[in-house]
Amino acid sequence: MSATYGYKRTVVGAHYGWRDFLVQRLSAILMAVFTLVVLAQLLFTRGPIGYDLWAGIFAAQWMKALTFAVIVALIWHAWVGMCSIWYDYGKPAGLRLLLQGVTAVWLVACGGWAVQVLWRL
Amino acid sequence: MSEVSKPRPQYRNLNLFTDVRTYRLPLAALVSILHRLSGFLMFALLPLIIWLFDKSISSEISFGQFSAAFSAGLWIFPAWFVKLVVLALIWSYLHHLFAGVRHLYLDVSHRTTKEFGRQSAAVVLVAAIVLTVILGAKLFGLY
Repeated sequence: MSATYGYKRTVVGAHYGWRDFLVQRLSAILMAVFTLVVLAQLLFTRGPIGYDLWAGIFAAQWMKALTFAVIVALIWHAWVGMCSIWYDYGKPAGLRLLLQGVTAVWLVACGGWAVQVLWRL
Repeated sequence: MSEVSKPRPQYRNLNLFTDVRTYRLPLAALVSILHRLSGFLMFALLPLIIWLFDKSISSEISFGQFSAAFSAGLWIFPAWFVKLVVLALIWSYLHHLFAGVRHLYLDVSHRTTKEFGRQSAAVVLVAAIVLTVILGAKLFGLY
């Protein structure tokens, strides 16, 4: 039987937070880029910002696709962040499970609503 | 080697009523807890954010409802309260964004000195507050 401790430890199953770590950062970068894209379209314009300009930004198909990706990123980002809050303060475990369940429903519902708003434009 | 040195104070199981008041929070720790708080705030107010997005974007008529929330109020809430909540969201977004960029920068640069941690935390705190004040003044119609 070979040693399975130290640097030779066999890592299987759960990814020990690696996936959450990466998702949190990649989704953050996407949302930061999205912020700049929206901001640029608002700043490089003349005249008052009214309904036509604002809705026009999100009417373009590429912008819809990008915004959709951002909604998914936001929901996933919020899920990882909220889980870390519940891991810290959600005690006992039963309460934490309940809070995580409510969080999941809340986020998926909000995500669905946001996509609906985006796609009927 | 002195065996009988003064026992160091141990802060295990922080007590909300006795320890938290006297706990000295470095700037980086302040940024960190506000990062969490601002994230939670945006999570909790997600329906309001989507409602504002919905009304602002769906039609000319709904855009009018969007504007009215800031001039005539929304549901049972007066306009000043709506503005105050949106101002809290503006600060949350800015602080969360800046603290997040700081986080990413520390990830890639490994500039984990005490001094840089303190300075960058100060930049995040001040930048978010200054921008919030500027945008808040616009929101409340000061200019």
